[in-house]
Amino acid sequence: MISTPFEYSRAMSLDDALAKLRATNGEGKFIAGGHSLVPLMKLRLSEPKVLIDIARIPGLSGIRTKGDKIEIGAGTSHHDVASSALLQQVCPMVAEAAAEIGDPQVRNRGTLGGSLAHADPAADYPAVMLALDAEIHVKGPKGWRMVHAHDFFRGLFTVDLAADEIIAGVQFNPVRSAAYAKLHQRASHFAIVGVAVALDVNNGVIRSARIGLTGASSYATRLKDVEEALAGKALSMPNIEAAARLAGALLEDVNSDIHASQEYRRAMIPVFTERALKGAMSRALARIQ
Amino acid sequence: MAAPPVLPKLVGQRVKRREDPRLIQGRATYVDDIALVGMQHLAFKRSDVAHGRIRSIDTRAAKVMDGVEAVFTGAEIAELLAPMPIGTPFPSPEHRAVAVDTVRYGGEPVAVVVASDRYVARDAADAIVVSYETLPAVVDPELAMTGKPTVIHPAFPNNLAVALVPSGTGVSASGSVDDSAINEAFAKADVVISQRMVNQRLAPTTMEPRGVVAHYEPGKGSMTIWSSTQNPHILRTFIAALTGLGQDQVRAIAPEVGGGFGSKINIYGEEYVAAAISKHLGIPVKWSEDRSEAFVATTHGRDILGYVDLAAKSDGTVLGLKLRLIADIGAYNMLLTAAIPTLTMLMASATYNIPAIRATLTEVFTNKTPTDAYRGAGRPEATYFVERAMDMLARELKMDPAELRRKNFIKPHQFPFATQMGAVYDSGDYEKALDLALKNAQWDRLKTERDAARAQGRLVGLGLSMYVEVCGVGPSSTLPTGGWEHSQVTIERDGRISATTGASPHGQGNETTFAQMLADQFGVPLEHITILHGDTGVVKQGIGTFGSRSQAVGGTAVHMAGAKVKSKMAKFAAALLEAHEDDLVFQNGMISVKGSPASGKSFASVAGYAYRPVPLPEGLEPGLSDEAFFEPANNTYPFGCHISMVEIDRQTGEPTLLKLVAVDDAGHLINPLIVEGQIHGGLAQGIGQAMIEEVVYNEDGQLLTGSFMDYAIPRAGDFPRFELDATVTPTPLNPLGAKGVGEAGTLGSTPCIVAAVVDALSEFGVKHIDMMLRPEKLWRIIHQGQGGQS
Ligand SMILES: Cc1cc2nc3c(=O)[nH]c(=O)nc-3n(C[C@H](O)[C@H](O)[C@H](O)COP(=O)(O)OP(=O)(O)OC[C@H]3O[C@@H](n4cnc5c(N)ncnc54)[C@H](O)[C@@H]3O)c2cc1C
Repeated sequence: MISTPFEYSRAMSLDDALAKLRATNGEGKFIAGGHSLVPLMKLRLSEPKVLIDIARIPGLSGIRTKGDKIEIGAGTSHHDVASSALLQQVCPMVAEAAAEIGDPQVRNRGTLGGSLAHADPAADYPAVMLALDAEIHVKGPKGWRMVHAHDFFRGLFTVDLAADEIIAGVQFNPVRSAAYAKLHQRASHFAIVGVAVALDVNNGVIRSARIGLTGASSYATRLKDVEEALAGKALSMPNIEAAARLAGALLEDVNSDIHASQEYRRAMIPVFTERALKGAMSRALARIQ
Repeated sequence: MAAPPVLPKLVGQRVKRREDPRLIQGRATYVDDIALVGMQHLAFKRSDVAHGRIRSIDTRAAKVMDGVEAVFTGAEIAELLAPMPIGTPFPSPEHRAVAVDTVRYGGEPVAVVVASDRYVARDAADAIVVSYETLPAVVDPELAMTGKPTVIHPAFPNNLAVALVPSGTGVSASGSVDDSAINEAFAKADVVISQRMVNQRLAPTTMEPRGVVAHYEPGKGSMTIWSSTQNPHILRTFIAALTGLGQDQVRAIAPEVGGGFGSKINIYGEEYVAAAISKHLGIPVKWSEDRSEAFVATTHGRDILGYVDLAAKSDGTVLGLKLRLIADIGAYNMLLTAAIPTLTMLMASATYNIPAIRATLTEVFTNKTPTDAYRGAGRPEATYFVERAMDMLARELKMDPAELRRKNFIKPHQFPFATQMGAVYDSGDYEKALDLALKNAQWDRLKTERDAARAQGRLVGLGLSMYVEVCGVGPSSTLPTGGWEHSQVTIERDGRISATTGASPHGQGNETTFAQMLADQFGVPLEHITILHGDTGVVKQGIGTFGSRSQAVGGTAVHMAGAKVKSKMAKFAAALLEAHEDDLVFQNGMISVKGSPASGKSFASVAGYAYRPVPLPEGLEPGLSDEAFFEPANNTYPFGCHISMVEIDRQTGEPTLLKLVAVDDAGHLINPLIVEGQIHGGLAQGIGQAMIEEVVYNEDGQLLTGSFMDYAIPRAGDFPRFELDATVTPTPLNPLGAKGVGEAGTLGSTPCIVAAVVDALSEFGVKHIDMMLRPEKLWRIIHQGQGGQS
């Protein structure tokens, strides 16, 4: 539980962070909340020589409207997301998911950017970002770049982010009729299965649905078959239940560990898909009334 | 002049713990806070294989690192240190503090680094290269008993640490066995319940991991050792023995100790190694356990398998019990390892008058961390096996679980009651505790609520459990160290009181309860009393805190020493007041003649006189200080009844605890607030065992639950508000009538929760489910008809 020695410096801007990282010749790492990185360092699974602290870069944290969109800075803590009045009003699923992350200590330190960059297979935000089709804004030596969530998550702890790039934040169109449902692992409270659903409903009909799944596989993915089954259907319990039953059926790569076997995880995907769909549906109906 | 305020009687009051402000404000001193000039730091290189022969250890890279003072391999430590002793009379394989040629569990030390700071020490440990010839590992005790795939200690064929010890009806002291009574009981039975049950392995997870500072002073030839231990006096004895010093030459200090739960009774290899290295190099050394180490290097608890057979008549009268126990003790015997499962045998009669009981115990080595005491230590296992079987019997006979228990209780007039297992229960009124619990829980209404919930398709269940435990550990015949406790009470010349106790607290609140007793005894304010503990240089004698003994045994010693000093003080006061000592009262900070408070002298002035006794009353020595040893005549047997209500999510199998009602009888309560705190903690760990805690190894002996990311411990949010109450059945065995309560919560809660879950799943025909109650396990019962082990 003791890391290898490292140096520490604090970045004051995105460019400062990038410059400081470049100066480490590949031996440095950003640290935000430290709640994924520090545990790895303590176990000596990660041994950076330099830590560049990005947690206090002005403007890197915060939740604001940007035209039609919502922007969340990469440095925003899970707690700030969970307790955001703006999100609770326009896109409650995001706050709901953040409130389910770990425990209060984790939520006070951990950040959105850190969660996305780390891409733990059981992290909550990736599913949420997929359901919202969020844009992930990244800055690197060559300047700005935008990646859609569905292109961002690539594999186990693997995302479309170069070692010399930094996540600045995410933007998405807020969806009220969206919800997150999660089966907690009792020790860490990471997701055994987590499902984020965003519905586009018009006149009682589901125009389209986007569903992100986390915890089940080596990385977060969309449940395309369920999305397709819902598209164009009336927003009704039977339709939701029928579609949820398909969830995960086509998934080949399903995790197995001491907390949940492959079989159990697989069985939980439709259960939590249905719960998230019902949550989204009740928000959609509340909106109509 | 206004009359001085009248001091309230404090015994029996909910006095807040005096130790808490410093503990919760970060002002307490733990071992890791100790720093000495010239102190070096230790780090252990630990085995990453569960079973293997050490081919080579290359320490060259570590030795040349900046700041590294020395590196010792197991062979080099063996030159400084004899094999580690154990505290039980069972045969035991040689156990070196640092492995010499074979490692037998993952995490066993293979080398130790001494360096200028903790970080260098850790880096150097990393730089040591060990090459192993990996041997097959065995983690399943029943497989290990076949001698396959490996024998862990050559002198113990089939990995049998203890081959088979019979106990109970028909077993004589000489070991001869007569089966007739137990066979007859089963022959007469209308119904026999038979079940294999696992009481799973747990990690004690104290908030403060272990730590030690050893300081040998060559000039003095003496050693001071600070350790996060439950029993500094026992530590002193063992450290002296292994370092070749006299007990007078070793001073052991337990500063603040952040929890023990039984895991800090044992004297560990790291403590011996720190002492030996300090003596060898003549410098102070420190080792602080980190959390990853704690999961492998600190003893685990429980891991007992029970084959239970319960014979009864169709009216519910229990005729006989057979209990075949197999304890998986891990790779080595530690201080009390071998004795813990014997307590399971001892308590096999539970709260019942069972006319014939046969228990047998086998202890097995496996390639896992050794086990030892863990909160409850042997008694939760007994409670669990018997209460689960009683619950199954009630279900089989379609009897109310409360009524089945009532029918079989030992009755109040039968105490003291000698069970078939050789335990002599001091006092009890089990029916009273049961009735109060049923009343508080509104048992019949709960049943209606459960049935209504079921009618809506919900999976709701009720569970009930009784328990009796053996506490107040002593007497001396039961422990190699002796089973007494000691105290010295001193009235200082300013009238303040200090009292030492050998019952070294680590969460029990003795600084408060013992002071409450003395405040009443001497009629002085609580604030005038200091309880000294945890330092063999200050506390002359002691045994320690375990086996729920600190109040019943330690508290009694304080009370006795207080009485001796009080009697001497009364003689001084009698001389001053020209009265007879028997006519004096101690109250409100005054000592006065009964009936004429105005005539009195202040407590402080009498104390002052005792230290400058001019004139010295005839027959008295100056000063006010005296000591007492309390040797309990026997153990105390507190008991209680726990009731729970549980709901299971039909889709996911997740259980939720809706309600927990507990009635505990620990005899007289010195401080009900502290007692409730102890019960809350015990309940948390008992519920934790039932629902979320389990140490898991894979087949190769790799620990899969080596951090809090995978080993769950309960949090406040996991619980409903506990509904507690008490009955009071004093023990006749000490003047306080107090029995002990530190472990009680772990006993009743576990079987009562499993019973509730089984009840909730009764529609699936399930009869028993082993802990922990993983959602997946329950889901399989619900969705795949895998009816537990029915
Ligand atoms: C006990 C515990 C329980 C947890 N439970 C959950 C849970 O239930 N659900 C869940 O989703 N997560 C959980 N987590 C993880 C937690 O949410 C982490 O905070 C999060 O995954 C990482 O965020 P961070 O700010 O702490 O990142 P850090 O640990 O500081 O960094 C993680 C990685 O991301 C990189 N990084 C950080 N910020 C950026 C950036 N802006 N741009 C580029 N790279 C960056 C770092 O270099 C590092 O490689 C848990 C963690 C713990 C310790």
